[in-house]
Parts: sequence; structure tokens; C-alpha cells
Amino acid sequence: MASSSKAFNDTRGDKIFNICNFILMTVILIITLYPFLNVLAISFNDSTDTVRGGIYIWPREFTLENYKTIFNYSSLITGFKITIYRTVLGTVLGLISASMLAYTLSRPDFKSRKFVSTFLALTMYFSGGLVPTYMLMRHLDLIGTFWIYILPGIVSAFNVFIIRSFIDGLPYALQESAKLDGANDFTIYYKVILPLCKPVLATIALFLAVGQWNSWFDTYLYNGNKAHLTTLQYELMKILQSTNQGARMTNANDMANMMAQVSPESIKMAITIVVTVPILIVYPFLQRYFVDGMTLGAVKA
Amino acid sequence: METLSPRPETKNVSATPKPPKKRKTGFWRSILQQKYLYLMSMPFVIWLFVFNYLPVWGWTMAFQKYKPSKSFSEQEWVGFKNFVDLFQDERFYLVLRNTLAMSLMGLVAGFVIPITFAVLLNELRGKYFKRTVQTVSYLPHFVSWVVVGGIITKMLSIDGGIVNDLLVSLNIINEPIQFMAQGKWFWGIVTASDVWKETGWNAIIYLAAITGIDKELYEAARVDGAGRFRQIWNITLPGIRTTISVLLIMSIGHLIGIGFEKQFQLSNSLVTDYSEVLDLYALNYGINISRFSYGTAISMFTSVVSIILLLTANGIMKKTTKESIM
Repeated sequence: MASSSKAFNDTRGDKIFNICNFILMTVILIITLYPFLNVLAISFNDSTDTVRGGIYIWPREFTLENYKTIFNYSSLITGFKITIYRTVLGTVLGLISASMLAYTLSRPDFKSRKFVSTFLALTMYFSGGLVPTYMLMRHLDLIGTFWIYILPGIVSAFNVFIIRSFIDGLPYALQESAKLDGANDFTIYYKVILPLCKPVLATIALFLAVGQWNSWFDTYLYNGNKAHLTTLQYELMKILQSTNQGARMTNANDMANMMAQVSPESIKMAITIVVTVPILIVYPFLQRYFVDGMTLGAVKA
Repeated sequence: METLSPRPETKNVSATPKPPKKRKTGFWRSILQQKYLYLMSMPFVIWLFVFNYLPVWGWTMAFQKYKPSKSFSEQEWVGFKNFVDLFQDERFYLVLRNTLAMSLMGLVAGFVIPITFAVLLNELRGKYFKRTVQTVSYLPHFVSWVVVGGIITKMLSIDGGIVNDLLVSLNIINEPIQFMAQGKWFWGIVTASDVWKETGWNAIIYLAAITGIDKELYEAARVDGAGRFRQIWNITLPGIRTTISVLLIMSIGHLIGIGFEKQFQLSNSLVTDYSEVLDLYALNYGINISRFSYGTAISMFTSVVSIILLLTANGIMKKTTKESIM
């Protein structure tokens, strides 16, 4: 069938394939986007009108009231603050640790390279598990503190290996000439390597920031009853689940829970948008970088 | 792991430059020569030791009747009692069933769908449309499970959820289905949510691998009269085989340690018999009611089985396809 019309660029089979593929991809596009558009539409719709249902991708009675209401949730404001702190601090410290380790591992003459590399790689394949980790945090007195959000995740093997593959791709001669100029290893790292690593650092920064911004479990597990250390996703979780599954909120802060119980659908959706949008604004600009980063990581890891 | 643990500390102590007492050996001299490299790596090695390796020491709790108020030497040792209790608990088998069911479904869907998506996206004509689909496909990856849980619950709800609305208007069903309230739907919902969230992201690696395939192979195949499906089957898929096997080994290692975020966010009290996975079981029976030793036994079981699965998968792959991760 295909061989009969070789002279043409596309055979008939090709054309049918292209059309089917186009339709399939359009369906995938819709399935991916629809839920977000739906949430967005509901968040801009009058909250009493929303109850009537039937809102798909366009608000029926447009209002900004839901977004104004959010500012009354004081726990959400705290959540915002804590989440921004942990995102900034966690990202900066994570970048420092990953880039330093990656640099030392990229040095073929580093005497303990093999040991550090193995020690790091092993952490990707095993873990002590949920309960032993919890007990460790208890022994370290980190429960009920802000630092529990930052300290356990500072070193990530996956990030180190991505940066390492990137550094391996840089010309080694740059380091050698710097060395001849009398630079020590730290200066080479700081002055030569780091500036060249900007693209991969942007990728890792995105990974770290998204991880910090989106995490809720550490708050639930360690700081569930500390209202001043609450995070955005955890507050959102309490609000989202307030009507359908209030029963599980044993750890939850009672006062916030009571407030959450009365929040209607439209306000829930407005909060969802507020919590989600910061990251959705950033990622398309970093797309080029993280696609390369993921690819590098896959090749090495 | 245990043999490795004391090393970083001794190393670090010696890394701090102290006046040499005796004649320096080659080892110490090399450390001094590379002191910046050691200063830049050893603090993090210690960090890893504390936060990633020390919890393994915590496994000793599984063999004790652990009381937080007592010191390590005062703890009462009970041998394998916690494991015997665990293996005699009927709930454990239910939880294990849920874990395996959801991870196997996730494994199959999490491979077949992203690979298919990557292959089809690669075949897509129209540069801008292709790029749009790709950018949009990453979007759900950046959203937390809290939000995804909320979105999925919304989409599947009986009042105004798009899924029920569509099914009813297409006359496939007469009454809206209470998806979230019935246990039999739960595994499917978790798998579908995961596919919705991660397909685009997981396809990145396959797309990159496909880009690396020699274009001349396709030209040659076309000259020989191979259609699109034949080209996909005989060139594209073999071309990304290495990538597939490496990722498969990694996933098999995570078969029973599948995490619990999605289960936690999508479940409710009506479906716990289908939603409880090992980590949630450890959370509920270990931490929330302070049975730390029992919880540790669950965690230890999960970790050990994961390592065994990983090594087995790696071994099998090494034999059959010569791919391996270690």
C-alpha cells in the first residue's frame, strides 16, 4: 500500500495516520487543560450561583469577590509566608549543596571521588522508611520547628548527578587555565564553574522550588498542630477536604478547620488558583532548560 | 551500608588541617592538597549520613519494644515479635494487596502511555502545534497532589463533574456514578490521576531518546516501503530500548515503596479498604497511635523488599538485555 505512491511525500496511509494523530493530540490537549479552565471559571463565578452547577469553562456571574474573601483566612496568609520562606531557603541551600558536590565529583583527580559518588548514589535506591525517619526527627528535636522543612532535603543525589553530567560536558581546559593562574579549587568552582552552569542551575532551582512549594506531607506529619508554621498546600488541603472528608482531620488545627467548613466551592477554587499560579507562571520560561536537564539526568542516572 | 557509616566522620576529622605530628603519608598529603574539594564535599557527606543513613540504624527499633522515654541500652529486645505480629495481621495483607495492585497498574500505565505519547508526539506534523501540546503536557506535573486531588474529586463528582455529565449526556449511563465513594473505582482513579499528572513529564526522556535516533534509518525504511507503524515498531521503539530498560529497573525498585501522596489525597473514609497502602498503614499504626516499633517493622519490610526487587530486576535485565544501572 505504502510503496505504490513512493513518489509522493505522504502516502494515503500517512495522511490518515496524521489526521488521527492530530485528533488524538487535540483530545489530550483538552483533557489536560480542561480541569484548570474549569477551576478558573468557578473561581471567578459568584459563589452562591456556583451551587446551581453547569459551569464549565466560562463564569456565569463574574465576580472578584471570591479572591477578596481569601484575605480573611489568616492561616492562609501565614501559610503563604512560611511557604515563601521555605521555598527561597530550600532552593538556595539545595543549589549550593548540589553544585558543590557535583563539582567535586566532576574532578577526575579528586581522591575520594568514588567513595562520595557511591555514598550519594546509594541514597537513591534505599531509604530508612517513614517511621525511622520520623523517629530521627524526634531525636534531633526538629519536630515543631521551621527547620524540618529545610534540613532533611538539602542534599539530593538526583540533582547532584544532573549538574555533574552538565559540568562533565564543559571543556576541562577552562579549569586548568584557571589553575595555572593560581586559582584554588574553591575559586574555580565559584568563578569558573558556577557562571557556566546557569542553565542547569535554573533547572535544579525549578525542581527544588516546585518541591518546596508543593509539599504538604511534612507539615501534616510534623507540624500539623503548629498554626504559626503551617504551609500553603497544607492549608489548601484542609480547606478542600473540609466538606467531603472532615473526619480525617484529627491532626488539624481546630480553629482553621471551623473556618474552612464554611468555605463554598468558588472560594475553594479561588484558593486553588492562588496556590497554583505562581509556579504555572514560571515553568514555561524554564522549559528549554529543564527538558535539557531531565535528558542529562536520564543519560547518567 | 553499615560498613560505610563510620568512614565519613573519621575522614572529616582528618580533613580539617591540623599540624602533622609524624611524617605525613601520601594519603594525608593528598587530603591537604585537595582540602577545598574535601571541604566542599565532606560536610554534605555527613549530612547524607545523618538524614539518609541514620534512619537505617533506626531499624533496630523493629526488634525492640521501643519506649521513647528510655535510652538505647535500656530498651527491651523482643526479637522478631513485631514482624510476627505484622505477618499475622489480616489488615497487612489487605494493605499489601492494595499497594501491589496500584503499583502494578501504575507501572504498566506509567510506561505504556508516556512511551506511546512520546512516539506519537514525535510523529506529529506542525511545529507550533507540537510545541503547544508538549508545553501543556508538562503543566499538571507542576501542580501538587493536594490540588490534583481536589481537581479529580471535582471532575468525578456527581453534581456537575464533567465525567458524569459527559457519560450521562452520551447515554452511556443513566445515573451519575459516585466514583469517589466506591472502593472498586479507587485503584483506577489513582492510576488515571497519575497518568494525567505525569505522562507529559515522563515523555521528556523518551522524546530526547527518539531525537537521538539516526534520521537516515527512517529514510531507508521509507525507500523500502515501510509505513508509519512499521517505522515506529522497527526503528523508534528499538532505538529507545536502553532508556526504557533503565527506567523500568528503577520503577521496579519502587514497586512497593510507591509513596502515599495520591492515595492520601484521593481517599476518604468510605474507601480505606482499597486506598490504604504500606506507608499509610505505617503512618496510621506506627506514628498516629505511637506504636513506633510496629511502624518501624512495616517501614523496614517496605525498604528491604524494595531493595530485593531492585536487585532482582537489575539482575534479570543484565542477563536478558545487558542493560543495568549498577
